[in-house]
Amino acid sequence: MAVSTNAAGAPRRRRRFSILTRQDKLVLGLAVGIPAFIHIFLVWVPTISSIFLSFTSWNGIGGLERIKFVGIDNYVNMFTRYPPFWPALQHNLVWLLTFLFIATPIGIFFAVLLDKNIRGTRIYQSAIYLPVVLSLAIVGFIWQLQYAPEEGVLNNVIHNFFPNMGTISWLGDKNINLAAVLVAASWRHIGYIMVLYLAGLKSVDPSLREAAAIDGASERQTFFRVVLPVLKPINVVILVITIIESLRAFDIVYVINKGQNGLELLSVLITQNIAGESSRVGFGSALAVILLLISVGPIIVFLTRTFEAPE
Amino acid sequence: MTAVAEERVVPREAVVAKKRGIRPGRVALHAFLIFISLLWLFPLLWTVYTSLRPYGDTAKNGYVSIASSLSLDNYFNAWDQGNIPQFFFNTIVILVPAVIIVLLLASAIAFAVSRFSFKFNLFLLMLFTAGNLLPAQVIITPLYRMYLVLPLPAPLSTNGVWYDQYFGIMAIHIAFQLGFCTFVLSNYMKTLPKELTEAALVDGASVFRTYWQVILPLCKPPLAALATLEFTFIYNDFFWALVLMFTGNKRPITSALNNLQGQFFSDNNLLAAGAIIIAAPTLIVYFILQRQFIRGLTLGSTKG
Repeated sequence: MAVSTNAAGAPRRRRRFSILTRQDKLVLGLAVGIPAFIHIFLVWVPTISSIFLSFTSWNGIGGLERIKFVGIDNYVNMFTRYPPFWPALQHNLVWLLTFLFIATPIGIFFAVLLDKNIRGTRIYQSAIYLPVVLSLAIVGFIWQLQYAPEEGVLNNVIHNFFPNMGTISWLGDKNINLAAVLVAASWRHIGYIMVLYLAGLKSVDPSLREAAAIDGASERQTFFRVVLPVLKPINVVILVITIIESLRAFDIVYVINKGQNGLELLSVLITQNIAGESSRVGFGSALAVILLLISVGPIIVFLTRTFEAPE
Repeated sequence: MTAVAEERVVPREAVVAKKRGIRPGRVALHAFLIFISLLWLFPLLWTVYTSLRPYGDTAKNGYVSIASSLSLDNYFNAWDQGNIPQFFFNTIVILVPAVIIVLLLASAIAFAVSRFSFKFNLFLLMLFTAGNLLPAQVIITPLYRMYLVLPLPAPLSTNGVWYDQYFGIMAIHIAFQLGFCTFVLSNYMKTLPKELTEAALVDGASVFRTYWQVILPLCKPPLAALATLEFTFIYNDFFWALVLMFTGNKRPITSALNNLQGQFFSDNNLLAAGAIIIAAPTLIVYFILQRQFIRGLTLGSTKG
């Protein structure tokens, strides 16, 4: 978009800039310069540093001159001699697939249901969207109360129906705790996707659907053949958000058990290596680079769709 | 517009007539939606219910039982024992300046890149948008090291560096959220007619006045939505303060959740009350500013 104004208004641009005083130019320079500096300094400098540091060894003690270049040692260590790495990567993947193939489709499904002309749709929407305002830390907290082995609702209900069944440790048993946490995380994610998708559905020209209805298309056909293709831009946004949210997951597992015992995630491993006795700057950075590499794909998809095709 | 409206009349009736025939479907749909809504509300309602029951009551009758009495005692206890006022204070010290500064800076750069042509317009916007999408953990290791050595003078810092200071937490929120806010605001400003800026400048208004008195007032809708959204985002942050704020008593309230959990370990009722107190500001946003919040969320995703 910025490009198009530029191209269309090349001669006008010169004229407009001529009415800018030196002070105006200074103001514009600061308006761009200050935010750009803050953002680049605190977000992109560390990102680039992560990549650089991942090829070095440094325990954080002593000055920068103690940083030693070690080639790909950190990566070799991570892949071969660091037991939590593969489980964490696997958990991130499970998280991503669950969001992608279960939570997000459910959110879209709810949005489609609630987009119909039904009475009380606002009330239903409000109920499903409630968890979206909560932080994932609070979500973890609330679900701990539901999952608690003795006091939790879930086990008490199960005991009512199956008195002989043993107590299930939903968050303590490492075979099931990831699934239990994913239920809690999906509680919020589904509402988030529903809100975004509803906005998208509302933007669809109603005459399209009516035309399809007149032509005798069923509701299902109308959705898959007419509405879904029109919503391609928002589908891309939702895809990107789903992936990024899965990679960002941290708060909820940290609140529950600091991300151990079946709840390891890449984000948790990075955090464990930041400070304290186990501080390994180079190694933590290598883990961060893996997370960065996975994020780059969806980020590029998002940028392409946003900046390359202005309608 | 009228043409569209007229076109709509006929099919709407047709659709409604068709729907009359499948009434049982409607009933099933409502039953399903009511079930889902209750299921969705349950965890939070359960937390509220637990928080209102005295510890003795649940200890005697179990958590899944009819309460013999309800009281706000757990709230008062959590408030006092959990040192909640201090944590709320910490949150406000970080949150209020962060939201104001991020909106000011984002609107300034959005104004500049959407109203004037620079060489790096597109590049900057892409950089900002991409930065906003990065997981926080990608940058945290070097950022932590930077915070340990970056100097910061006395009124802003008690130890001379950015680490373990309100300022440091505020700064990373500003830097990170700038991406999203700039993205949304520049998209919005591009929809405002070019002539507005040109006319103001030709009439002799300075660039700053054009920004402050012409463009900014027109941006009230997205600014209100973003303010609501950023309030919630920054309030809900757990990670930055957990890593970059060492002193437990200086942490904002969401990160302080960790402390509460250790402190109230064995008393679920007290924990539940604490959770509801911490969630309260965002629940107020939910009840009062729902429209702004949703608009903020969707502004970023439904552009164009």
